[in-house]
Amino acid sequence: MTDDAREPSGLALNQARSRITAALGRVFLDGVVAIRDLYRVFVLTLYYSIRGEPNRRALLREMYEIGNRSLIFLCIVMGFIGMILVYQGGLQTQRVVPDLSLLGATFLQLLVRDLAASICALMLATRVGAGIAAEIGSMVVTEQVDALRMCATDPIDYLIRPRFLASLTVFGALVVIAAGVAFLAGMWTGYAFFGINPRTFANVSMVTVGDLTIGLTKCVAYGAAIPVISGYCGLTAFGGSEGVGAATTRAVVSSSLAVIMLNFVISGVGYFVFG
Amino acid sequence: MQAKTRSVTGPLVEALGQRASDVLSLVGGLGVLLGDIARRIAGRDFDRNELFRNLHRMGIKSLPIVTVTALFTGGIMVIQAAPIVQRYGAYGLLGWGAGFGTLREIAPLLTALMINGRVGANNTAELGTMAVTEQIDALRALAIDPVAFLVAPRFIAIVVTLFLSTIFSDALALFGAAYAGAGFLGVEPGVFYRGLTTGLLGFGDVAHGLAKSIVFGVVIGLSSCHFGLSTTGGAPGVGRSVNATVVASAAGIFVLDYLLSFALA
Repeated sequence: MTDDAREPSGLALNQARSRITAALGRVFLDGVVAIRDLYRVFVLTLYYSIRGEPNRRALLREMYEIGNRSLIFLCIVMGFIGMILVYQGGLQTQRVVPDLSLLGATFLQLLVRDLAASICALMLATRVGAGIAAEIGSMVVTEQVDALRMCATDPIDYLIRPRFLASLTVFGALVVIAAGVAFLAGMWTGYAFFGINPRTFANVSMVTVGDLTIGLTKCVAYGAAIPVISGYCGLTAFGGSEGVGAATTRAVVSSSLAVIMLNFVISGVGYFVFG
Repeated sequence: MQAKTRSVTGPLVEALGQRASDVLSLVGGLGVLLGDIARRIAGRDFDRNELFRNLHRMGIKSLPIVTVTALFTGGIMVIQAAPIVQRYGAYGLLGWGAGFGTLREIAPLLTALMINGRVGANNTAELGTMAVTEQIDALRALAIDPVAFLVAPRFIAIVVTLFLSTIFSDALALFGAAYAGAGFLGVEPGVFYRGLTTGLLGFGDVAHGLAKSIVFGVVIGLSSCHFGLSTTGGAPGVGRSVNATVVASAAGIFVLDYLLSFALA
């Protein structure tokens, strides 16, 4: 036994190699299958959104669930983010240039261009994404989704479409409100800690059409990605309460990663297009 | 008349009171759990094997996510700083700007959010499943202390994982930022690294971020264990607790980040 371990024969080496190759191949194939299925869910959601019968009651319920019930959470988080960023940014800027009059304008540009949409999206990926996956996942493991299929209803049409449409419509509004809260909190911090006049702070001269376009593109992209990814994770849940937990975890992680990657892509393209 | 007034204000007051008592019972539950865990840790009364198993599961298995997040975050930091840097032509300061933002705020914060999503949610799901299938009661029936056996090792593992992941993602984010700077702005990575090390940034900035990561780890560990243990109601209950955990931890992380930024300044 120990001799074998000390001198790996050619056969053992080959076995080890093929095991590593198999593991790599499995990871790759799983990734390809997941992306293909995700793409299928996304296309079907789009198809049902255009062709399906409108279900106004479900849409309103999901808009309330995703929008109104996230509002306080988002406002708290974005308020604190605004205060932290202005405080830290002000402290650091003071080390290099004594003049803080452009702090508000720079902060507003950063907020419009990136932070408002991206941080809201990360927060919604945890709150809404986990909620959608938990809800759909528990329907899957209690066989309610199979019952839907028995009634000739596609779960993507009945469950994911209203969440998709609701998130797409509500997300922009949430981001605008949350950005307003963050800006007001930042303005207060600038006044209280650095003595910046709120009129100087509220300076929109640096926000260009390009910034606004990038910010709104991000809103649409995140608003579409989060419900589709979390809904997909919920639909692929299996195996009792453990499976629901695993699906919820997967939803949070994948939607957060999707937000970060989309942010990188949109910011990069936006930088080359608008400068 | 009186009945009418009551019907308008009654439910509102009731809802407010309900909310307040919910918050208080959550804070109390977290406090009691923290006390329990601290007592086990102080008495070295926790399961070593479980600790190492969890460190592997939580720490090493999270490395891919932390790596991807950190590299992209570094890139995003540079893209966001790019217009400002170009306006002032301050290419030498790019390293300082991206480095200070990454080390003090963004790397600890985003690592904590990702670990919250992966490890915190998973931990709640696992403990919640044990709670609804009465495995925790079974442990008690066998005279095994669930806090020493399950909760304390997980708590320590989460705090250690987040601390080490933050160091890891600090380095990777700066690496990603250096090469994004080269790609988007044509700033040589050497110039970027010099901007990091010319003295505007010190060990204090790194320590600031790492101190935050410990506190975030405590928040995630406590809330995920608490919500997991208090799960009721089958599979939907597990989903609800996971949702509640990630929301509570995320809100806690941002609020404490704010308070710590002042406390450590």
